[in-house]
Formats: sequence, structure tokens, C-alpha cells
Amino acid sequence: MAKKSEGYLSAREARRISRENRKITNAYEKARKRKNVPESEYLTQMHDPNNSVEFDNLHTYFFTDAGTVKAVDGVSYDVPIGKTVGVVGESGCGKSVTSLSLMQLLQRPQGQVVEGEIRLNMGNGKAYDVTKAPNEVLQRLRGNYVSMIFQEPMTALNPVFRIGDQINEVIELHDGEGKSEADIKARTIELLEMVGIANSEGVYKMFPHELSGGMRQRVVIAMALACNPRIIIADEPTTALDVTIQAQILDLLRNLKDKINSSIMFITHDLGVIAEMADYVVVMYAGRIVEKGTAEDIFYHPAHPYTIGLMESKPVVGKKIDKLYSIPGKVPNPINMPDYCYFKDRCEKCVERCSGAYPEMISLSETHKVSCYRYYDKKEDAK
Amino acid sequence: MSEQKKSSLVIENNFTPVEYDPQYILMVNALKKYFPIKDGLIAHTVGYVKAVDGVTFNLKRGTTMGLVGESGCGKTTTGRTILRLAGEKSGGQVLFNGQEVYDLTPKEMRAMRPKMQIIFQDPFSSLSPRLPVGEIIGEAVREHKLVPANEFDDYIDNIMDKCGLQPFHKDRYPHEFSGGQRQRICIARALALNPEFVVCDEPVSALDVSIQAQIINLLRDLQEQFKLTYLFISHDLSVVEHISDSVGVMYLGDLVEYGSTEDIFSNPLHPYTEALFSAIPVPDPNAKMNRIVLEGSIPSPANPPAGCKFHTRCARCTERCKHEVPKQVEVEPGHFVVCHLYDKE
Repeated sequence: MAKKSEGYLSAREARRISRENRKITNAYEKARKRKNVPESEYLTQMHDPNNSVEFDNLHTYFFTDAGTVKAVDGVSYDVPIGKTVGVVGESGCGKSVTSLSLMQLLQRPQGQVVEGEIRLNMGNGKAYDVTKAPNEVLQRLRGNYVSMIFQEPMTALNPVFRIGDQINEVIELHDGEGKSEADIKARTIELLEMVGIANSEGVYKMFPHELSGGMRQRVVIAMALACNPRIIIADEPTTALDVTIQAQILDLLRNLKDKINSSIMFITHDLGVIAEMADYVVVMYAGRIVEKGTAEDIFYHPAHPYTIGLMESKPVVGKKIDKLYSIPGKVPNPINMPDYCYFKDRCEKCVERCSGAYPEMISLSETHKVSCYRYYDKKEDAK
Repeated sequence: MSEQKKSSLVIENNFTPVEYDPQYILMVNALKKYFPIKDGLIAHTVGYVKAVDGVTFNLKRGTTMGLVGESGCGKTTTGRTILRLAGEKSGGQVLFNGQEVYDLTPKEMRAMRPKMQIIFQDPFSSLSPRLPVGEIIGEAVREHKLVPANEFDDYIDNIMDKCGLQPFHKDRYPHEFSGGQRQRICIARALALNPEFVVCDEPVSALDVSIQAQIINLLRDLQEQFKLTYLFISHDLSVVEHISDSVGVMYLGDLVEYGSTEDIFSNPLHPYTEALFSAIPVPDPNAKMNRIVLEGSIPSPANPPAGCKFHTRCARCTERCKHEVPKQVEVEPGHFVVCHLYDKE
């Protein structure tokens, strides 16, 4: 039978896919639900003890009824201790799924880490692979070692509990041993003051709807910092906010990071914010990393055509241009990815080799890596 | 109710009416829009949210004016009040081609509507999910009988083509489109009526960077083709700088500064404008930041501070700012600012 249109699935086909998916996901869920998993199973070694997280060839797939979505398809990068790593990309490129994989907060059972390791530095030469760690261990890690600042402060806070109670809960759960209620309250008030809320005693008793967007985001940050986490994942923390409030929140995050010496994984699509916050930048496109390097590498010598296009398509204050560059075409269908470079169909700088297999990462300098064939030739010429 | 309380509920409406100047398509003079706060058993008015509180500007034919400000400062309400989409105004004048918009009878207003259109903020909620795209774009055209029935289809095809949509998209429904394409549908819907003036209410803020660039380019191309005048509302200052010829900065219902784009961006005068511009993140890791961080958040528009509304957060606040409401001053030709610092008297 001829295909009715692209992406069309008959009901029978969808049922077949759904049955197969269930088989795969059930196997993963079964492995996850085992009790008393020995520590040796998820204990690993950091490749570099100065990193606090290492993503190594991470593959996170979603098994949907329309087919398998490879949301994250072979992502490797490191987050050094005390540094900020910015992750940029358009919506749907897998930047949030990468961070959710680290937190193991994927929508299960459809979402599964199928391959790769995420090594979390626990100090003293110990490291855990969070993709294999059982739930009880993860519960101790989340909010304690790794915590997350969510994008929408309104949906991240529970509307029926008071602000104070919501922060208290985090402290009680992770850090509450031997602490009295008064101690915990004192710590919560201290946190609220630390994030710049003047009326901390008042806010302690308020409900989320009584606060403005900026204040709510501060509360979410206070909650994330409650247990002095080693890694803070900030998933578009300022996208919903105004520029003036954004400036306040960025200042706050920078100062707090230095105070408790933790690492930040900063996810955003705003290149301006990245330039301001990040030491290292990772550019993602369609579930893969197309370019990574230090902030200077990426902003002064962008190499991948996608990075260049992204930078040119954003107007910059003080720079007058007649017409904005716009990247032609659109992101390929995530269910049916091409086998050549994912960006080829939108790229204006294609070379012949681009029709071949997906390009491997190639080093331009010690820190700067890009996955594009255009630089293969230059490298070979130089030799 | 005490006398004092009663008097606070009377909306002052003293302004000097402006004379129509044909070079301006739109003249807004001391425009006010208050929303009543109801309370009590019989829901009587106890106060007003002063969403737009005396906004004055003129818009030249064929140009774009950007309107920037924090959320809740009244940008969108200004746009909607100009189009008479937010009920009755509370005071002031809106002259569109010399005609006071609020004096028109419903019948005259209906004839006026095709001339002034709006592109809404969120392309995901402003399209009816039950209508095919051809109908969304063509409904108003048919209602206003702009083209004869036998040319109708060609007319819609032509508009869709101009906005970067294919003819076969006509029979599809909005859910089948991506964000950027939906925004194109919204633009096509507004342009199908052959308007002179379009209010673009944050048309790109819900979109990705690369899609943003496409839509901005499209808006500019269409402006040249159809000789459109835009009021471009956005909180993204870099986009506003790129697309606008003049810029107005709003704070808590007031237009605090207004002038040509070059003047405003190279020489911001009002302390709020300075703070706002210094907060723009620059995509350069070594850029020097002389950031003026505003303390606190925007006060409630139901109970704005006395005197200059910005004085609670202003770094250059004087004693005078706390009591006296500043007036609009023309510092350079065409560059207006509402601040005591520039008031020579």
C-alpha cells in the first residue's frame, strides 16, 4: 500500500510499535525495580577527578507509539568543579532531556537511558553512574548533590502549600537529622535572605500566588540551594522573566555559585545570557552536540554552520544590519533522522563529504571541538 | 463612604486636545485606560488599576514604533486600547487618520476595523482549532466583502503566498503547523484585510531564535510591499532596536521616554531606560558590564507611588520626585522624556 503521507501510521502499525515498545521498556523497568542492588554495580571512576559530572556517550530515547524518538543521541561533555557550562540549542534539541537524564527524572517508562554513562563525582575518588543507580540512592542524590531550577516558577511550586513549608521539606528530607523544627525554619529564613528576599519572615508564610514572577524564581532558587548541592542545573531559569529581573537573578546565581563552590549547568536558548554566565559552551542540534568549547572559542571563533547561523539570526543592540540571517528549512523529524549530517539540508556551506556518514567530533584546539566535515579538510591540509 | 474616598474614584481627564497633522497616521494624546476593582456584596468600584495612565505619542505613516517595558507595564493594554478592543477608554484621545476612534458608531467602527489590525502574542491560542487555515484567513475578508466572491480563492492564495504559506495549507487545521508557521497564519489573517496600521503584540517572543529571524524579515518585507505602519510591542530590546524607527519606553502605565531609535539607544535619558538597556545581555564573553541593577520589583498599578512613579527604584531620585508628577519634556527635537532631571524649570 502506498504511503498516504509522510508520518502517517495505520492503527495496526501503531499497535505493533506500541507492543514492541512495551517489551523494551518493561525490561528496563524490571532491571530498575530490583531490590538491594550492590553498590559495585553503579560505582565507577571519574576520568578526570576535577570534573563534577561527566556525560559519556549518553543516549536517551523515548519509545512512543509513533516510533522511537532519539532525543539525546550520543552526547558527551564534562562539567568541571566550580565552573558554569552553558548548553544552547533550539527547542526540541534535547538540552532539557540531557539534564533530566542526570536527575533521572525522565518520563518513564517511555523515556529510557539506553546507552552511555553519567558519572557523578561523589568526592574521595568515588563516583556513581546515575543511569544504573537504584531509586533509593537517587533519592538521596536529588536535591542534595544535584538540584534543579525549573523553567516556570509558577508550575514548579505547589500552589496549596506555603513557601516556608515547601523549603522546609527539602531540608528535612536531606539534611534534617538531629535538627529541630526551629533550626530548620532558621535555615529556610537564611536561604530566603540569601536569595535577596527582603521580607523573609513574611514570605515564609505566603503562598506562591502572592509573589511576583521574579520572587517566585528566587524561591525556586532558594529551594534548589537548600542543601548546598555540588551541581545546580538551571533549566532556562530566566526565560519567563523581564530583562531587569533577569539581570538580578543572573547576578544572584553567579555570586551564590562562588559562595558554595558548586558547578552550574546552564540551559538556555539566549546566547547573550550564555556569554555572560558560562565558562564552557555546548551547542546542541537535534539530539547531538555540534560544537563545544570555552565561551571564547564559541563566541569569537564559531566553527559549525549552525552556531554561526544561530549567532547571526539574533539581532544585537548597537549593531545595525539591514536583514537578519535566517537558517533555511527546519529541524528534521526526530523519529526519522537522516543518516548523513543532520544539519546538511539546512546548511549553505555543504561540501561533498557531507552526504557521507554523520561527521565525528574533530578538535580545532585543545578545548574547541566541532562535528563538521568542513574542518576535516583543513586539518588534513595542515598535516 | 467618605468624601475623600469618593473623590479618588473620579478619573481626571484634563488634557489639551491635539490638532490633526496629516503626516501622522496615529496620534495618541493623554490616553488613559483604568480597570475598576470591584468589591463588596453589590460589587461597587473601590479603586482602579491604572493600566495606561496618560500615554502620548504620534506615529508617522509607514514607520514602525517599538513599545518596550517590563511585563505588567501596560504595553499590551495600550495596543488594545488604541484599537478599541479593551472596552471604553478612560480618558484622552486616539486619532486614527484624524478621526477619533472612540467617537465612531458601531457601524462606522465596523468599516474602520479592516484598516487597523492586530497580530496577537501567542500563535498557539489565538487561532481557532476548529477552523481550517483558509477559513481563518478568509473569514473577515468575506464578512467585510472586500473582494467579489469569484476572486475570493485567488485573493486568499495570494495573501498566503506573500506570507510564505503554500496553497495546500488552506485545508489544514492550526494544530498541524509549527509555531513559526502559525505566526505566519496570524500575519496573513491580519494582512488579508489590507490594513494601514497593524499592532504587533509580541509576535516573536514565543518563537525560537532562528524562527524569530524569519518572522522579523517577513514583517519587514510586508511593510515595504503594503506600506504598513506597525506598533511593535515587545520586551526583547534587541528585536525592537532592529525593527523600529522610533521607540517608546513604558513604566507602570506611563510612557517615560519616547524618540527615534538612534536617540533612545545611543543616548538614553530616563534613569529607567538606562537601567533597562544596561540589563540587556550581550553575546560577548568579555564584554564589560556596567550594570545598573534595579532593586525590588515593579509596584502595583492599582496603588502606584506618588510623584514620579519610578522614584521608589530610581538611583537618581531627588526630594522633588517624591511629590511632584513630572511632565513630558522635549529634550532634543523628537526626543521626549518624563523626568524631573531634564525639566529645567
